[in-house]
Amino acid sequence: MPYTKRRRLVSSAVAVALGATALAACGSSSDDGEAGSGPVSLTYWTWAPGMDKVVDLWNEGPGKKEQITVTVKKQASGDTLVTKILTAHKAGQAPDLVQAEYQALPTLVSNDALADIGDGAGAAKDRFAEGVWQQTTLGTDAVYAIPQDIGPMMFYYRADLFEQYDLTVPTTWDEFAETARKLKKAAPDKDLTTFSANDSGLFAGLAQQAGARWWTTSGDRWKVGINDDATRKVAEFWGGLVKEGAIDNQPMYTPAWNKALNTGKQIAWVSAVWAPGTLTTAAPDTKGKWAMAPLPQWNDGDKRTGSWGGSSTAVTTDSAHKDAATKFAVWLNTDRTALNALAKDGGIYPASTSAQLSGAFTEPPAYFTNQPDFYRKAAEIAETTAPSAWGPNVNVAYTSFKDAFGAAAKNKSDFTAALDTMQRVTVADLKKQGFGVAE
Amino acid sequence: MKSPAHRGRAGRAPYLFLVPATALFVLFFALPIGYALWLSLRKVRVSGLGLGSGAREEVWAGLENYTGALSDSELLHGALRVLGYGCIVVPVMLGLALLFALMLDSERVRLAPFTRLAIFLPYAIPGVVAALLWGFLYLPDVSPLYYVLDALGLPQPDLLDGGPLYLALANIAVWGGTGFNMIVIYTALRAVPAEVYEAAKLDGATPLQIALRIKIPMVAPSLVLTFFFSVIATLQVFSEPTTLKPLTNSVSTTWSPLMKVYQDAFGNGDIHAAAAQATLIALATLVLSFGFLRAVNRRDRQETAR
Repeated sequence: MPYTKRRRLVSSAVAVALGATALAACGSSSDDGEAGSGPVSLTYWTWAPGMDKVVDLWNEGPGKKEQITVTVKKQASGDTLVTKILTAHKAGQAPDLVQAEYQALPTLVSNDALADIGDGAGAAKDRFAEGVWQQTTLGTDAVYAIPQDIGPMMFYYRADLFEQYDLTVPTTWDEFAETARKLKKAAPDKDLTTFSANDSGLFAGLAQQAGARWWTTSGDRWKVGINDDATRKVAEFWGGLVKEGAIDNQPMYTPAWNKALNTGKQIAWVSAVWAPGTLTTAAPDTKGKWAMAPLPQWNDGDKRTGSWGGSSTAVTTDSAHKDAATKFAVWLNTDRTALNALAKDGGIYPASTSAQLSGAFTEPPAYFTNQPDFYRKAAEIAETTAPSAWGPNVNVAYTSFKDAFGAAAKNKSDFTAALDTMQRVTVADLKKQGFGVAE
Repeated sequence: MKSPAHRGRAGRAPYLFLVPATALFVLFFALPIGYALWLSLRKVRVSGLGLGSGAREEVWAGLENYTGALSDSELLHGALRVLGYGCIVVPVMLGLALLFALMLDSERVRLAPFTRLAIFLPYAIPGVVAALLWGFLYLPDVSPLYYVLDALGLPQPDLLDGGPLYLALANIAVWGGTGFNMIVIYTALRAVPAEVYEAAKLDGATPLQIALRIKIPMVAPSLVLTFFFSVIATLQVFSEPTTLKPLTNSVSTTWSPLMKVYQDAFGNGDIHAAAAQATLIALATLVLSFGFLRAVNRRDRQETAR
């Protein structure tokens, strides 16, 4: 990005005025020599809990041998971290390593914030499922990140209440709708689940399962397919259930939602492999009463799931030690000790296929002691994850989802109209920024 | 008799004293504002797929961001929502503050220091905490309020939707802000000389007449000041709706103008559009608040002239 001298002067003056300390903290890695010559210290922005313990393992083990020391900085998480990385990158001060969700990678790459680490990381490719790895290459020959954790989607339900109301675990979405209606008839004050508009990742995952591909490229143009047939089908399905009152329309992650799960007012949750952690805090009284099953399917006999969440480790273009950073990123996400520690201290579900059944994952999560084969089943489901297709303005589409679907869920109005709004806003934003857009 | 050298030093001294203030003003006020204005006149242009280096460049945008912001219906709707919210907050909050101040100032009040503190206390609670606290009370499934309504068989309104949402949001601001405004008005009341009241009493004025004819006109400048602050605070409402947003589908990410600025800057990563909107909001605030002050001053001057 061409910077004029004056601009740099202005921006650095402001930066100094606004936070000399922040600058000092970010710039810590630039004063060490080139990679390979003498000790190297790297900064790593992440939100995974317990990451400092995992990094300690590196600093005392392989890192010590190679003289590469990594420092963990807990910054924001998810989308907020993307903003922080982009801001730091504008000043040329991004940390060496960052954690980034898969759907944020195109945004970061499009801002030239992530380095191509294909040389150092290419060999790790066969440790991951193909659909997972493809998200880090963006369909190019480059490798922009190494997968860390994934969030294959599953269906969680209260086994005891399903029995009480004589419900069977739905294997198709039609059965899911029938189950919701049957429950409503048997217990009008209860809901099978809710359609929540406050986490766009859930809807994106459901669309992904149905075969949607929201961003694709043709030549040097982006094609946005948010209102494609597959997504339309998903939107119509959930909109129909909300409209007829078969399920609730209130958002997730509120005190009311926690209470509904904890007291059995809502008896199922379409979620992902990380749900046990959320349920532990949201519904502590119902421990051992829940069970997990594969996501309902659109066609009987299909085996497909979407993903909700999951993140990767990337090296930034601002790093002065890209090779050293790549070495660490590969170790973190493929080494057995590292992955075990990540699972134990960070509670993540690893992207590395070999780690999904070893170490911490030989036993079910504490919340699901009643389902001893929890992680074996999870690994089988993870294998069926449909490919995803992310673009450079996922953030815009996600915000638009929250507003449009939030209003539609509230008014119990047409979900496909909300979907069209989402498509229109996303395309308009791409055009406004100057991206090539294919109609 | 001063030597030329002396005169020279004396000539420099005022400027030397001005340096710290000027430096602080330039560094922390003029420069950031100037930088925001500069940002608002530029934009990022991407070419092709926008992947890889060099695909993104910052270019001159002229007034494009401003025309974009002005033609964005969401910003206008946000402004209208805030107007509706302000029409509830400002009169109710200032009315209550004045009422409480007058009551505390009356002669027959007991436990005045305790009451004063009790009314002021909510102001000491951070806005986000207050919004969370009320948010929990508004959520039907966890609110003790709804529990009581349910037990009594009374209807349970949804406070986080439609019209009641404005009342719910306004309630948080009124609860938190009344105490502060009351203290400002009360302090002004205490400054009224006692002989004024004595004279009024000798003339046979009742306590109510004293309040309406003497106290309120004499604290008018404080009322103007609190109104001025309240209008600015209303235009900048951000933390209450942002805190309530995750609890309901009814508060969008762009509910108030400032939320839209935040969303564009930190959600959508478009600092240029956000800078333009921020400039517009600052201008609107300036025009509204200083317009009001000027109008009040002109009336004052006319009255003194009479």
